[in-house]
Amino acid sequence: MRILKAAALALAVSFAGIGHAQAQDTVKIGLILPFTGQFADGAKQIDDAIKLYIEENGDTVAGKKIEILRKDTGGIAPDVAKRLAQELVVRDKVDILAGFLLTPNALAVGPISEEAKKFMVVMNAATSIITTKSPYMARVSMTTPMVNEELGKWAFANGVTEVFTINSDYGPGNDAQAGFQRAFEAAGGKIVGADKVPVANPDFSAFVQRAKDANPQGIWVFIPGGAQPAAFAKALAERGLTPENTKVMGQGELTVEAALASMGDAALGIITGFHYDYNHQSEKNAAFVKAYNEMFGRNPDFFGVGGYDGMNLIYEALKKTDGNTDGEALIEAAKGMSWESPRGPIAIDPETRDVVETVYIREVQKDADGNLINVEIDKIENVKDPVKARM
Amino acid sequence: MTTATESSATKPSASVDPRAFLKRQTRWSVFEVLFWLATLSPFFLFETYLSLASQIAITALFAVSLDLILGYAGIISLGHAVFFGVGAYTAGIVSKYGWGEPISGLFIAAAAAAIVGYLTSFIIVRVQHLALLMITLGLGFIAVEIANSADWLTGGADGLLGVETWPVLGIWDFDLWGKTAYGFALVVLFILFVVSRRLVHSPFGLSLRGIRENAVRMPAIGAPNPRRLQKVYVISAAIAGVAGALLTQTTEFASLEVLGFQRSADLAIILILGGTGRLYGAIIGAIIFMVARDQLADMNPQYWYFWIGLLLMAVVLFLPDGILGGLTRLVPARWRKP
Repeated sequence: MRILKAAALALAVSFAGIGHAQAQDTVKIGLILPFTGQFADGAKQIDDAIKLYIEENGDTVAGKKIEILRKDTGGIAPDVAKRLAQELVVRDKVDILAGFLLTPNALAVGPISEEAKKFMVVMNAATSIITTKSPYMARVSMTTPMVNEELGKWAFANGVTEVFTINSDYGPGNDAQAGFQRAFEAAGGKIVGADKVPVANPDFSAFVQRAKDANPQGIWVFIPGGAQPAAFAKALAERGLTPENTKVMGQGELTVEAALASMGDAALGIITGFHYDYNHQSEKNAAFVKAYNEMFGRNPDFFGVGGYDGMNLIYEALKKTDGNTDGEALIEAAKGMSWESPRGPIAIDPETRDVVETVYIREVQKDADGNLINVEIDKIENVKDPVKARM
Repeated sequence: MTTATESSATKPSASVDPRAFLKRQTRWSVFEVLFWLATLSPFFLFETYLSLASQIAITALFAVSLDLILGYAGIISLGHAVFFGVGAYTAGIVSKYGWGEPISGLFIAAAAAAIVGYLTSFIIVRVQHLALLMITLGLGFIAVEIANSADWLTGGADGLLGVETWPVLGIWDFDLWGKTAYGFALVVLFILFVVSRRLVHSPFGLSLRGIRENAVRMPAIGAPNPRRLQKVYVISAAIAGVAGALLTQTTEFASLEVLGFQRSADLAIILILGGTGRLYGAIIGAIIFMVARDQLADMNPQYWYFWIGLLLMAVVLFLPDGILGGLTRLVPARWRKP
């Protein structure tokens, strides 16, 4: 059956090639993102960063014009994402599939990339297994386990031996918690309690009280953005948990710019592990943040840097293949590629096609103007996804 | 049988022989034949839109299932995606654990959705109006939460991986172009449409319309409501389950949003657009909603919802019977069915 499938596909692809001569001069990229719905802002960050990259580097690479076709999934909608990918391949004849903010959407499109042999670039979705779904897929964002396992190791190495965890009871939250707990316990730490809170939770006082009763040295937390970080910070302050007596830790989303603004001074001292913040100190990042601000009037976040690096991967791979858009050629070119990103050094693991990057440990502090910012206090270089390393 | 005689006898045109009345209603019109022939056109005219066409067919089937309870029996539901989702996950899980045969998969999914439909029907038939909305809404949220926490079975928020659908009848493999997907979905839609059509034009269907029009009067003339409502609710659930199973089989993936409120809400929009209480309204609504969404989202991926909203407002303001109802008014009266 597999052979038949492959034969049918080869036929379809060869048909697709007919009457397509003028397309030789363009490279079409199908960009699948949730442009509407609750994830629209993240999609805009990615899309804006892509626009910025094209603005800076021109819309021609290896003699070919880059053309982007934007498709909206409207949120978590794997069936829509899969159909859009199918249509992009058979109707619009795209050469590359890119975007993918959400895990289910990326997972559903994986098989299309595999069947049609299309290079696929995941710019955000962070569940570990995604890249195993197509041999032509590469990721430039991060994985949830890689950040949280490093944070777990770092916490123990820095004198925190007992931690209470609180996380939103949904996929990403549970994955992150499992990652933190695994690494923290493996290092010798003890999880003294693990509470799960509803995904839409307006009040954390009861959970923070339970954490306080367990009297841990640290609290690790994973909650979605929006109003929740402020509610969480308020509960911490009310219960008298401060950086002096308890270390509060989490994944970087907890202290992104908007979250810090809503938490106020209660956020001071929170420690997070992440791969990017607009406050990262490097020449490359300063230029990126400046250009992004000039074009879009705000700071880029981790979504934006994903889009920017995704485009860079596509451009550099195309240069290496001299404009050849064959999925096989592009993924071979992408494997092992490394470059200096606004986030710092980044590479594509030749074995797993997943991202290799620096995980920064940051602490919320005040800058000279009194603004809350994430200040890097430690970093772990060349981190690979630990889940696939164990596979 | 007696029920039907009585209920149709209560109509103004009481002199009509009820058998002849029903028979005339079930006759296939030219429009219908043309319509179904037109559903084959994507194979020739829009070859590159076949995967969209297959999702339209699936949505249409789902809309038909809601029309059975909403349009004919007057049961308002904001949680119909529960059955769609149960069907989707059942088909997916059966396939994941080694049985990817699509046709039997549909039957298994229909059975699972029917069982859930039967269990919930006891609450459904006891309430009306706002309470019904709240209960169906609540059932939807509960279903999502159960699927989310049973991640060992459903894959949780990441979605169900490892679904592999075998070729239909061992011949037609699901291809990248969506030929098999559309063909399969269309055949299933047609079969279940014929079944639904037969159902609403049967004495049982007439008694449902009686309940919709006057829920107090029906028991008074000897046709108690709850059993009938339960029956149609279970049938509707089974059809929704088949639609869900089709989606899983053709996309080889299922995630929490198959159960979600958004899906139920979109479905209500589709029915209102197309026109409730007329099975073709469900199909027309699905076609218009999905095509409009596809085209508008292509033109402007960020703000296309604006146009959907405008379309919906225009339809409810100017075409209270939905688009199909509006079209019907254009047809000369003598061609219309009573």
